[in-house]
Amino acid sequence: MKISYNWLKEYMTINISAKDLAEKIERGAVEVDTVTKPSDGLKKIVVGKIISMTPHPDSDHLQVCQVDIGEEELSQIVCGAPNVEVGKKVIVALPGSRIGDNVKIKRSKMRGVLSNGMICALDEIGFPKDVVPKEWADGIYFLEDDAEIGEPVFGYLGMDDDLIDVDVTPNRGDMLSVYGTAYDVAALLDVPLTLTHPNLQEVATLASDALIAKADQAVAPIYKMRLVKNVKIAPSPTWLQIKLWNAGIRPINNVVDATNYILLKYGQPLHAFDFDKISGNTIEARMAQPGEQLTTLDEEARDLDQNDIVIADANGPIALAGVMGGLNSEISDATTTVAIESAVFDATTIRKTAQRHNLHTSAAQHFERGVNRGGVEEAADAAAQLMAELASGEVQQGIVTATDQAVEPVKVSVTLARINHVLGTTLSTPTVTDIFNRLGFGVTVENDTFMVTVPARRWDIHIEADLLEEVARIYGYDEIPATLPGGPATPGALTEKQKLIRSSRSIMEAAGLNQAISYSLTTEGKAGQFMMKESHKTDLSWPMTLDHATLRMNLISGLLDDVAYNNARRVQDVALYEQGRVFYREEEQVRPSEEDHIAGAISGRLVPTNWQDAKGQPVDFYELKGIVDVFLKNLAVAGDVRYEATDRYPELHPGRTADIFVHDHYIGFIGQVHPSTAAAYKINPTYVFELNLEALIEMPKDVNQYVPISKFPAVSRDIAMLVDDQVTNEEVVATIKKRGGAYLKNVALFDVYEGAHVPEGKRSLAYTLTYQNPETTLTDDEVNQAFEKVEKQLKEQLNAEIR
Amino acid sequence: MSLRDQLEEIRDNHLKAIEELSDLKSLEDLRVKLLGKKGPITQALRGMKDLSAEERPAFGQFANQVRDQLQSKLENRRDQLKQAALNRQLVQEKIDVTLPGTPVAQGQPHVIQQIIDQLEDLFIGLGYQILTGPEVEEDRYNFEMMNLPKDHPARDMQDTFYITNEILMRTQTSPMQARAMETHDFSQGPLKMISPGVVYRRDTDDPTHSHQFHQVEGLVIDKHITMADLKGTLQLVAHELFGDRFDVRLRPSYFPFTEPSVEADITCFNCGGKGCAVCKYTGWIEVLGAGMVHPNVLKMAGVDPEVYGGFAFGMGPDRFAMLKYGVDDIRNFYLNDERFLTQFSKKG
Ligand SMILES: [Zn+2]
Repeated sequence: MKISYNWLKEYMTINISAKDLAEKIERGAVEVDTVTKPSDGLKKIVVGKIISMTPHPDSDHLQVCQVDIGEEELSQIVCGAPNVEVGKKVIVALPGSRIGDNVKIKRSKMRGVLSNGMICALDEIGFPKDVVPKEWADGIYFLEDDAEIGEPVFGYLGMDDDLIDVDVTPNRGDMLSVYGTAYDVAALLDVPLTLTHPNLQEVATLASDALIAKADQAVAPIYKMRLVKNVKIAPSPTWLQIKLWNAGIRPINNVVDATNYILLKYGQPLHAFDFDKISGNTIEARMAQPGEQLTTLDEEARDLDQNDIVIADANGPIALAGVMGGLNSEISDATTTVAIESAVFDATTIRKTAQRHNLHTSAAQHFERGVNRGGVEEAADAAAQLMAELASGEVQQGIVTATDQAVEPVKVSVTLARINHVLGTTLSTPTVTDIFNRLGFGVTVENDTFMVTVPARRWDIHIEADLLEEVARIYGYDEIPATLPGGPATPGALTEKQKLIRSSRSIMEAAGLNQAISYSLTTEGKAGQFMMKESHKTDLSWPMTLDHATLRMNLISGLLDDVAYNNARRVQDVALYEQGRVFYREEEQVRPSEEDHIAGAISGRLVPTNWQDAKGQPVDFYELKGIVDVFLKNLAVAGDVRYEATDRYPELHPGRTADIFVHDHYIGFIGQVHPSTAAAYKINPTYVFELNLEALIEMPKDVNQYVPISKFPAVSRDIAMLVDDQVTNEEVVATIKKRGGAYLKNVALFDVYEGAHVPEGKRSLAYTLTYQNPETTLTDDEVNQAFEKVEKQLKEQLNAEIR
Repeated sequence: MSLRDQLEEIRDNHLKAIEELSDLKSLEDLRVKLLGKKGPITQALRGMKDLSAEERPAFGQFANQVRDQLQSKLENRRDQLKQAALNRQLVQEKIDVTLPGTPVAQGQPHVIQQIIDQLEDLFIGLGYQILTGPEVEEDRYNFEMMNLPKDHPARDMQDTFYITNEILMRTQTSPMQARAMETHDFSQGPLKMISPGVVYRRDTDDPTHSHQFHQVEGLVIDKHITMADLKGTLQLVAHELFGDRFDVRLRPSYFPFTEPSVEADITCFNCGGKGCAVCKYTGWIEVLGAGMVHPNVLKMAGVDPEVYGGFAFGMGPDRFAMLKYGVDDIRNFYLNDERFLTQFSKKG
């Protein structure tokens, strides 16, 4: 809401600039978005008087005006406005001036006739089109007759005011008005406040003779009306129009403007009905009935339902309560009797109606955040008084009340000790008393307990903590010291699980993979790819886009999106890992269970090509497997790691994928992305793995333990063999180990060969076997014996041909 | 020529010849020829039997002396030649030390992870626990226990991805406040925790909005926790993350789960507080929300607000990273462009 600095100054002495005031408001109350002057960026725009005019010789609509701009000689200005008139004081943009939209005005010729500038309409000097009064919408603006010729126009149009745009938090609805802001500013500046209150003259006739108001207490806890007769509709005076347009409201006429002005001033939304258009004499606030319709002031026909509050007469709805009036009861130039509604409606209902009809009007916003229940009558009185003053209306006696609520001030108490205890301050009783006084709260002190009486205008304050906030902000957050919590020491440490997650990340990074953080919400299709177990998917009930509609049940699909993003930008070498949650759900489960996984994806090379290795081999299955091996080794899960070929993942290459087991527990998989899947993602060949990190963390761990290093030398023997190409490395190693003897320490594959020189259907495997006796030096005989047993076993078990 | 003269001649000739030898092979050949069993010195010693008994010791001594002289000369020459050969080899082995080093595979933690780790380490040092909670939350924890009942207007501040009416993607890490308070045994001492994690909002992704981002929630509950403690703690965070010259200021704000509520601003990174376009000429940049835990939140979690109280804060690592490194588009954090991820590798 834009608060006028000049308007605030009507109620108190402000000795600081608008900018400094804005800073005070921001530091002590609510955020300030901007401080602007409507005349910012405008210059050399002055009051001129049209002395004479003659039609332009070469135009049927242009007038050549002689304008008094306070200089010795008259200035000739060509003007095309339809309402240009001799004797009027107008807005003149001089040569060299700057008008709205940063336009510069120069001396120029219009169809051959010299024009020394321009006579301006309001929208030409920066007024938003929707704020310009209708009567000035299609022509130049006439200033009041007492405007001083040659002086800048800004003061006459309120354009020299500073407008402080406050961003009011939901709890501070009270600041959505000039009075509300004035109370807070007076407290912040510690200056006295002088607010005016209505002084209403009523005629003898009772309003209740002509008007009956009815309301349901639940939908309108307070519903009051005033009746004003014999109004004469006319434009509002300039002072009032200025206040409205500086707040972004278009002046309409004296009656409507009066209600809008009261809204700005008090924060109480009002509505003015043309009483003569009402059927019957009863106005009622009630829930709409299904099937009812209303055309609102914006000329939209709206279907109402039983969740909308309406104001109705004998014929049906005449307003969407608290949101917008109906066209059928609109104030027009012919209006003579006005019924003013001042009410409080249920905030939640108004909020939902505003949302449903997408009508976030100023009135609705006020009702949503609450209004001062103690000020409903005063607002009605003030509006009626204005209509009497501006439109010569006769205010009928009395307020017609349909519903009312006793508004008692809230009493909250707080002790000095509590204040200092929570704020960490050492405030004294007088300091705190003074703060409550500045806020205009009633306060009595007894034994260091403050009994605070909070006026109804501060409906956000109910409890002790609310008072603490008032003290803190008025005292000033800068004055509060900075300390650290005392009290008993608490140990701070990562849990075992957290440590292992951190280690997991370090291991991946040490292996050359960058950490990625991808989106957990993905497409329905991708969410269900690369599944480690069966699960129902979890969908958002109302997604923003189908790209982010379902919770992922794997990490790989997100990584492949990342690879695709890189590949599309010609980044071919991509090595990523991600550690994060996947979301599994059983059919009857509503909230999915979350499981920590770790996954990796490598496309291209792990190390970039370089002058030593110009071709650089892209990463293959075995390189990624090496990373998984190192990861599992570093994580020290106790037990054997086993890779088992599988073709069960539709998104993976059926011949290049393995399930991974630790100690016979399935914990994930590794493989090449299926060429069809890769094509769908638009990625280069990519290898991936995904592991259930949570399961790995929970598995028993090996601990580091010193083993003495044998003093006796190890002996190695190489063995090369031809085997059937269906025989796996795992089988060969198992066979060797089975008959390896007590001293076989290690079996290491050093060559795999198939192709030329190897018969069809066979391949050649070569291993180094290392023997060691920790107690003594092995003799050649001992080694030879052990080695022969292995050879024999390989021949017998695997039909191996030893070479 | 006497035997002695012969030896002298052999000695003189060979001392000179050794000096002139230029390769190790000929040197070795000469050594075998001179000092071997058929060599002249051995021959001369054999001829000693023809000498008189008086002459023998002196000649023997002389012969040994000659042999030692030659041997020592040979060894010296061998060392010289070896050294020369090594020098030649070293010259040949000269490389261009300005050629690039061979690349090493190296991965980086994500920049947001770095910020979270930094915060975790700071708070662990202050005696906090790290607690993490579910990303798919119950409405009860995400909103209701945070003092945001079903029809609370502030729910509109956070557009929410719902799964059902009661289950949603958490919009904040604040639900961990309720979860932690419910389970904490206050007889064992104060509750001090931070909770980092991913949160979700129903937003359209653009340079300043992401439907997924991170938060680090902080909560301290004890018998004597003050607003001043909150201010001091936030100051420490600013100093740790950004440096000692960064200051923190608090401004009133509103969150349903804290009262008083504050917004914390930090000295502008760009201008150091002088005022610039980045900070809208205020010298300050808004970085986080905080406050004293609302008594309703304590009550709902079963904590007596008459005895216990404390502060809570919520920080945005994404925002911190954007400010600290000048990242101008939040989507960078979730697209994982290798050229982006590898920019934040400096550990110093
Ligand atoms: Zn700045």
